[in-house]
Amino acid sequence: MDFQLNNALPIWKQLAEQLKERIVTGEYPAGTHFPTVRDLAAEAGVNPNTMQRAMVQLENDGLIITNRTSGRVVTDDRKIIDSTRTLLALERTDRFFKDMKALGYNSDAALKFVKEGM
Amino acid sequence: MSELLRCSALSRSFGSLKALDNINLKIEAGKIVGLLGPNGAGKTTLLKMMNGLLQPDSGEIRICEMKPGVETKKIVSYLPDKMYFADWMRVRDIKELFADFYTDFDKSKSTEMCRVLGLDDGQLIRTLSKGTKEKMQLMLVMSRNARLYLLDEPIGGVDPATRDFILKTIITNYAENSSVLISTHLISDVEQVLDEVVFLQDGRITLQDTVDNIREKNGESVDSLFRTMFKFENKTGGEE
Repeated sequence: MDFQLNNALPIWKQLAEQLKERIVTGEYPAGTHFPTVRDLAAEAGVNPNTMQRAMVQLENDGLIITNRTSGRVVTDDRKIIDSTRTLLALERTDRFFKDMKALGYNSDAALKFVKEGM
Repeated sequence: MSELLRCSALSRSFGSLKALDNINLKIEAGKIVGLLGPNGAGKTTLLKMMNGLLQPDSGEIRICEMKPGVETKKIVSYLPDKMYFADWMRVRDIKELFADFYTDFDKSKSTEMCRVLGLDDGQLIRTLSKGTKEKMQLMLVMSRNARLYLLDEPIGGVDPATRDFILKTIITNYAENSSVLISTHLISDVEQVLDEVVFLQDGRITLQDTVDNIREKNGESVDSLFRTMFKFENKTGGEE
């Protein structure tokens, strides 16, 4: 998926979330090489320092590991990847209920939509 | 981090007009900085001064600790707001002129950029469209391996696809010891490639911060902040 940037949030936060998405969906498989800052910055059309900041966030979360000799790799620790996926899912669920509330549906009504939609 | 450019208490008037009023500005190596402001804010005047084309009434500019002059021209790549080439020349002539003039001119870079931008060596300057002339100038300026790139309105006259290419060129050219200063009012197009922005208004710096800090603090993009700050008050409900 291409990087999508909106106007409200800091750019690095948006990049970090979308990079996480690429890891949990297996676009960057566990244990494999992670692209360079320069390549990712060029792909997203953003400042390399901004991309760097997003990647530091992923490093702090333990999703990518920097080796001095072989560059960056995606962690091969499935637990970290799985818990990140859960976190992303929770955030999205939260967003969904907020959106439904804004439309005037309480959580029961919102759940009904989910069941019917599936 | 090392400092590439510093302006201290820079002022300049044209008659009764204060074009620049006590400008203090520092640019460190490895940054892409946007110089943003409405028409007539003083952006071009400031860039001309950095290139030694205008002299300040007071204050000073230092580029790598040197006054703007012959030595700084070797390390500064400047895209002026107006084209300055003779129109009887061909693209090839100008490339050779640049290669002669600047030791940091990278021929392989220029060949590659010409290829992507569809610039042909044999084309006469006279026959190029306005946008194509701009592309050519940018190609020349970005083909240098300079320390500091000073770009005055680099994306104003070109189509969106070329705009993307230019911005991508700026990003990929990025090196840790060089910096880029882009003056523009097309903020939404450049916002995501910038580290920092400097807002210039009536010759004064009214805001200087990083793009992400501005978004964090205001919950809006630099573009929409700019539109709010420089909104025209419609006092009479019609034209003034």
